Amino acid sequence: MTSFEAILIIARLTLREAFRRRLLWVLVGLTVLIVGLTWWAFSRIAEATPVTGAVQILGVSQVTVMLAFMFSFVLAMTAVFAGAPAIGPDIENGLLLAILARPIRRAEVMLGRWLGLAAVLVVYALAAGYLELAAVVLATGYSPVEPLTAPLYLAGESLILLTLAIVLSTRIASVAGGAMAVVGYGLAWMAGVMGGVGEAFNNEVLRGAGILARLILPSDVLWRGCAGALSPTESVLRGGGIAEPALYKFSPFSGAPPSLLWLAWCAAWIAGAMAIGILLLRRREL
Amino acid sequence: MAAAGGADCAAIETHELRKEFGRIVALAGLTMTAPRGEVFGFLGPNGAGKTTAVKLLLGLSQPTAGHGRVLGAPLGDVGTRRRIGYLPELFRYQGWMTAREVLALHCELARLPRAECAAEIGSVLDLVGLAGRAEDRTETFSKGMQQRLGLAVALLGRPDLVVLDEPTSALDPVGRQDVRAIIAALRDRGTTVFLNSHLLTEVERVCDRVAIVDRGRVVAELSMAELTRESGVGIRVTGPGGVPLDVASRYGPTRVDGEWLFVDGIAEAEVPALVGELVARGGAIHAVVPTRQTLEERFMSLLGTPPEVPDDETALAGHEAEA
Repeated sequence: MTSFEAILIIARLTLREAFRRRLLWVLVGLTVLIVGLTWWAFSRIAEATPVTGAVQILGVSQVTVMLAFMFSFVLAMTAVFAGAPAIGPDIENGLLLAILARPIRRAEVMLGRWLGLAAVLVVYALAAGYLELAAVVLATGYSPVEPLTAPLYLAGESLILLTLAIVLSTRIASVAGGAMAVVGYGLAWMAGVMGGVGEAFNNEVLRGAGILARLILPSDVLWRGCAGALSPTESVLRGGGIAEPALYKFSPFSGAPPSLLWLAWCAAWIAGAMAIGILLLRRREL
Repeated sequence: MAAAGGADCAAIETHELRKEFGRIVALAGLTMTAPRGEVFGFLGPNGAGKTTAVKLLLGLSQPTAGHGRVLGAPLGDVGTRRRIGYLPELFRYQGWMTAREVLALHCELARLPRAECAAEIGSVLDLVGLAGRAEDRTETFSKGMQQRLGLAVALLGRPDLVVLDEPTSALDPVGRQDVRAIIAALRDRGTTVFLNSHLLTEVERVCDRVAIVDRGRVVAELSMAELTRESGVGIRVTGPGGVPLDVASRYGPTRVDGEWLFVDGIAEAEVPALVGELVARGGAIHAVVPTRQTLEERFMSLLGTPPEVPDDETALAGHEAEA
């Protein structure tokens, strides 16, 4: 039976390590820098752009989505870099040998590592995400459709990539596992774009390929959720001169809130991937 | 920590324990018994399966076949690990932690009562001579200090069984002496020590019983008393007719090395009679010294030939240097 106490010991150890190795301070510093730059840049847009009114709102909304995309990329990389060395190096240098000789199971080590790193990522995603959106609102007066849910989707996306990186780290060297997770993230995003094209032009093959890719690695489901939460409304699109708002789906920076079924799949995917990872770790010789 | 259920059984018992890694057979069928409260030496050449056996005993690896019990519980029992201290052969602790923090982590992992942890950590730090470096990060430690810290971790919580895998490989002679003293103290308080070591002198000095393993099987399991019982005598004798072997051979197997005559297996009470006969035959006796078969000699004779793996020669060279 899995002991939650044991999981918490490893999670606390992981958090302390992140703190001592200055990962938290680096993230806090970068957040302050990015939020400051965001506020400054959006202030300039609001002051200096020659266009005003609906067109400016459309412009600001597009830059906001692009800013979120950049942040989702940073989060994804942070998740991969944190998760890829979570297990493998500890086995190779004998650190896990000393820990597993104690009354603790491999599953508890794996879950503890995930929980500690997930806590760092979620706090970072939410804190930095809300601060950046606040900077946009303060600088321009523009508020996206669902500003409160967008960072939640990004936090979820980072958890999926963290899970992928940790599972790979049970069997694959950190560099190779990290590279695989990054490539997976990129491919999932591209597949999402192609799926969007399929949706826009009623192409069943592309739509099916997009769905299949989301089932295999659902990170793009949550990115699209974030993009949807930050997307301009149809009236903003029309006001900005977009005659066919439906075609906006074609944009790689467009999206829509995922269905509950897709959200459930994301949660199930994380649970299933962790179960596979635990199995792989249990079968690995130390 | 008090010994739980099964206190009257052996500390370690294995029956035909087998471990295969693909086509490689690391353990062919390990059968041995380590009694409670003794220091049990586990010897063998490199590749004999010693570290694999240790991992199986601690549940860090699953056997392909066979079974065993540690402190009365089946191999791999998670709860039993609370009562076991382990110093791995190749290990590292979190470099960003201080020695005290590493020990505190292992107190938590071993589920020691929180109120006892500070005193327990202070006690083991003193014991291994690291009290002065308790607040230093372990990444600044030398290999020898890492090994001392590993020993401190293994001793936390007064375990019933302490498994030491090459505990002195990185230590200087002073450190080795310290470890011997710690092992002796553990035995005095009734702790079973399972010592896996290449250093035969080390084993000979501290162990009550040894198992010699070769190609994944125990080829001999004997107590130190049994080992030393096979004793003899060395006599430096000169005389006009050379060494009178015919006289000596009646007392046991003989061999001559220069002016030294060695008689194996002779009873201590028979030595004066042998010396008397040698003198009666005109021999001049210069010295009479008791001899016994060393663990190294027994080790080498059991393995048949010198170990094939070069590392063992290094280990034996270390033994000779110490002797």
